[in-house]
This record gives sequence, C-alpha cells and structure tokens, in this order.
Amino acid sequence: MLDAANTAETQVENVLEVNNIEVIYNHVILVLKGVSLNVPKGGITALLGGNGAGKTTTLKAISGLLASERGEVTKGSIKYRGLDIQDADPAETVKKGVVQVMEGRHCFEHLTIEENLMTGAYTRTDGNAAIAADLEMVYNYFPRLKERRKSQAGYTSGGEQQMCAVGRALMSRPETILLDEPSMGLAPQLVEQIFEIVKAINEQEGVTFLLAEQNTNVALRYAHYGYILESGRVVMDGPAADLRENKDVKEFYLGMSDEGRKSFRDVRSYRRRKRWLS
Amino acid sequence: MPEQLAFTIEVFLNGLMAGVLYALVALGFVLIYKASGIFNYAQGVMALFAAMTLVGIQNGQVPFSHLINAILGTDVHHFGWHVHSAIAIVFTVAVMVLLAVCVQRFVFRHLVGQEPIILFMATIGLAYFLEGVADLMWGSEIKSLNVCATEGACLPQGLNMWIDETTYNAFGYGFFIDNLDIVASIVAIILVVGLVMFAQYTKQGRAMRAVADDHQAALSVGVSLNFIWILVWSLAGFVALVAGIMWGAKSGVQFSLSLIALKALPVLMLGGFTSIPGAIVGGLIIGVGEKLFEFLIGAPFLGGATENWFAYMLALLFLVFRPQGLFGEKIIERV
Repeated sequence: MLDAANTAETQVENVLEVNNIEVIYNHVILVLKGVSLNVPKGGITALLGGNGAGKTTTLKAISGLLASERGEVTKGSIKYRGLDIQDADPAETVKKGVVQVMEGRHCFEHLTIEENLMTGAYTRTDGNAAIAADLEMVYNYFPRLKERRKSQAGYTSGGEQQMCAVGRALMSRPETILLDEPSMGLAPQLVEQIFEIVKAINEQEGVTFLLAEQNTNVALRYAHYGYILESGRVVMDGPAADLRENKDVKEFYLGMSDEGRKSFRDVRSYRRRKRWLS
Repeated sequence: MPEQLAFTIEVFLNGLMAGVLYALVALGFVLIYKASGIFNYAQGVMALFAAMTLVGIQNGQVPFSHLINAILGTDVHHFGWHVHSAIAIVFTVAVMVLLAVCVQRFVFRHLVGQEPIILFMATIGLAYFLEGVADLMWGSEIKSLNVCATEGACLPQGLNMWIDETTYNAFGYGFFIDNLDIVASIVAIILVVGLVMFAQYTKQGRAMRAVADDHQAALSVGVSLNFIWILVWSLAGFVALVAGIMWGAKSGVQFSLSLIALKALPVLMLGGFTSIPGAIVGGLIIGVGEKLFEFLIGAPFLGGATENWFAYMLALLFLVFRPQGLFGEKIIERV
C-alpha cells in the first residue's frame, strides 16, 4: 500500500526534499534523529505527531530559523528545487519562495494588521502596484482582516492573529508555506475555517503547503500526504486517505479503536516501523 | 509684570532649552532600545566621539597623531587644511555608519539571543573602548566646536538680542535666551519629526518596528536582522552627532560630555524607553523641572545644588507609579 503510494509520488515534482537530517540544539540536545521527507509541488503535506516529536524543529530547519535558537543541522541535507538551503539565511530562503508561519502566530503586536501584512512583502522588489494587488488578494481570503486593518495586532483575537500570520506569509508571494500548528488555541469552528482558507489558497494560488499539526483528524482531512513523526524520527508515511484508515493511526492519533475508547494507560507509543534509521 | 514672575518665566524657558539637549541624547537611547532591546550605555560616548571626529576633520587634524609620532618618531599633527563644515559632517556621518557596522559585526552579532544584562554589559565595555579610541585618535584637550555654512554664518552664539529687546519693551524686563538653544530646539523638532515619519511610513521603518516587536517573526518574513541593527545603530550615531554638535557648541568638546548620558536616564524613565516623542517630552519636563525646582524651592530653602539630584528623584517617583513612563508602549496583554 505504502510502496504503491511512493511510486505514484515520484511522478509529481518534489519542490522540497529533506534527506536524513539530524538537528542538535546547543551542541548537546539531539532533537531530530534522521528525518526525511518529500514535499510535492502544489500539494498539502502534513507533518503529524505529538508534543516534542520534532515537527516544529523540522520546519525551522527548512526555513533557517534554527540558527537564532542555537540549533544546527549536523547531518543530512535540505534541498529546495535542487538547491541546498540548510545553512541559508532565513531572508535568502524567503526570497527563494519558502516562508514559515510560526507556531503561536507571532504577529507584530504594536503594528496594525495592515502594517503586519505589509511587512510580509519586505523581500519583494516587484513594485508597489503588485504589492497593493496582493494586499487586496489577502483581504479577499480573509475579509475579517480588512475590517480590522487599522487595529493593533496585539488587540485582535487569536483567530484574527492566525489569519494575520497566514496573510503576512502570503504577502511574500511564496511558492511554499511552512505552516506550524495553525489550530493551536483556536475553537474547532475557527480551525475548520482556517483550514478551508488554506485549501482555497492551495487550489487557487497554487501554493504548496507543509503543515505541522497535532490535530491529526483535521490535518488528514485537508492534506494529500502525511508523515508521522515520533521522537525525532519518521515512523510512518502515506497518502492522507490511507493514513486515515490505518488501524494504528486510528488508535494512537485519532483515539478510535475496535474495542471502543481506551484508557491512556493502555496506549503504547508507536515504534514498530522505522525508516531511514541512521 | 512683577519681577518674581518674570524671573520664573525666564527660568522656565531656559529649562525648556536645556531639556531639548537632554532629549537629543535620550533619543539615541530610544532608537536602539526599541529595535534591539539593548540599553546602549555608550550613547553618551558616541555623542562625544562624533563631536570629536567632526572637530578633528574640520581642523584637518591627523588621526592617531600621538601614536604615529610615538612609533615613527615623526612630528605630525595637522594636515594643514580646513574642511568645510558640510563636508566634515558628511565624513563624520560616514564614520558613525562605519562604527555601527563594526559594533554589529564584532560585538552584537555574536551575542544574538543572549540575556539583556549581557548585552548591557557589552555596551558598557563599548563605552570605555570608544572613549579610549576617541582619546587616542583626537587627543584629550578641550576643543571648541562651531559649524559654519559659509564664512561668518556659523551656529549663533550669545544671547538673542531681539527677544531681549522685545520683552524689555513689552514687560519692562528683558528675557535672556541663548541663540544656540533656539537653534537646538528647532533642530530637535526637525529630527524628531523626521524620525517619526521614517518609522511610520517607510518600508525600513516598518521593518524596524517589526524587529522591535518580535525578532523571530521578523526573521521568518525575511527581514535581515543584521541590516536593521546596522541601520538603527547608524541612526543612533547620527542622533549622537547632532547632540554632540549642540553640546559641543555650547560648552566645548570635552570628555565630560559622555556624562550627559547619565542625565538621559531619568529622561528615559519619564518618557518611556520605547517612545520617540516620549524622549522629547521627558527631556523638557526634566529640563524645566530641575531649573524651576532649583529656582523656586532649591535655592531659597534647600541650600541650592538641587539640579544634581532632582531629575533622579523624579525618575524614582515615576518608577514607582508608572513604570512604563509617560509614553512607553503599554505591555499588551490579552486575557
């Protein structure tokens, strides 16, 4: 089943290839122990797993934000369109078309929503008219932001801030958005709304998404392909539809099993299949 | 008009003028603090360094002449030319930009993500280093500074006769106000308006504020922290130059100039560390406050010399009752 998926995958062009990377923080803490993944062009790829699995670290390794947190990629390679980007400056990576939306939104609190969005266009050199057009585009996807454009971002709600963060990333005209935990701290209804917009952006603007999520249920409904991370390793991957039906995924990540609901005491960690062990 | 009231008004006006000079120094602090969270202890020394460099270039002094003479046994001091003020200012700005690049490249780039106290200690080190460099480069004697557009059209010195006469004719009491103070006020206003416009309406200014809010998020959208920090230190260097020119023209370029930085501290506590207009208003309040207090209460009842401590007492009160200052950014907390 999974092998068939892999051969189907090779027919699509991979924009992003992460090969067996190892990440160490502060020279001592080994967080990623050999993670490999491919992100096909124009798709939504989900990176799933619990707390501390290494989802955020993987995204930060790709975007280049690790360096500012004293982390470094010590093994493996990250290629975007065939070019090495693992030691690149974040600004360079943004110019290449990869932008990260960080976990916990990280809006510029004292800037207005509109200023936040405009900051997203910092690396662009294609003129004010194009930037203004894209601002309209972002307002089209997020009408709520247009209403709040003059408010300081710090005073807007969590959902609005998440929209602002995604909109800000969109302003750089990216090919690929690394979306970290968009559902964090939001009401289920809002989560659904955000994912709908992500899907619309993916389909209409052709933006590729790599999204890290703990909310496996929602993520697998919107993603095309999924990777499951556990303690810094990819333990399973496959098309989202297959993962959704997989017995183990159901049990460990969706909380469903044949015997009905289980106590947390009985839940084991999933470590049977390990790929790319280094 | 009663004598006492006229005196009070004059003291008030003079306080306002002194306050402008405090504000100019405080402005440099605010710029750097806002964008990088670094409290730059070296701001006062930067003003000194800028003023000395300006005088040195104007007079055609050979930099490091003592060092060169000591090593090579030569006896050079001057190139023997005088440089026009405008050109000298351009060169001094270039030196301050170079200084900003060096500070960023050799000091703060290696301290990214460190505790604020470590960054603060680094600026103390920088202050003493810079003071040493200034001494070695231009010598330690007191120099007079003046900036002239053309021969004879210099920064005005002395009292403003027009104000003196007009007020004398109107109230029967002539106010003494320095021409230089008036110029300093105008320059300060232009500087502040310029800086606020820059921060509010330009792409780099917006990026500067973004960096101040959230380094990581700014990085994630492709803002280069290195570039922004160099920009901010250059701006602070420019503000230091303006402050240095005004103070230098008033009281000569000397090493005690670096101590005015200490007076900027209470100004910042009053105005708020993060507000450009706050630095100005804080400066004015301190300037007026200490002069009026000295005149009305200090001299008659407390035996004088209250100017030395008044600003700090006021700052202390503010710290207790309004820690973010008058105009500081409110810490936004969502519940």
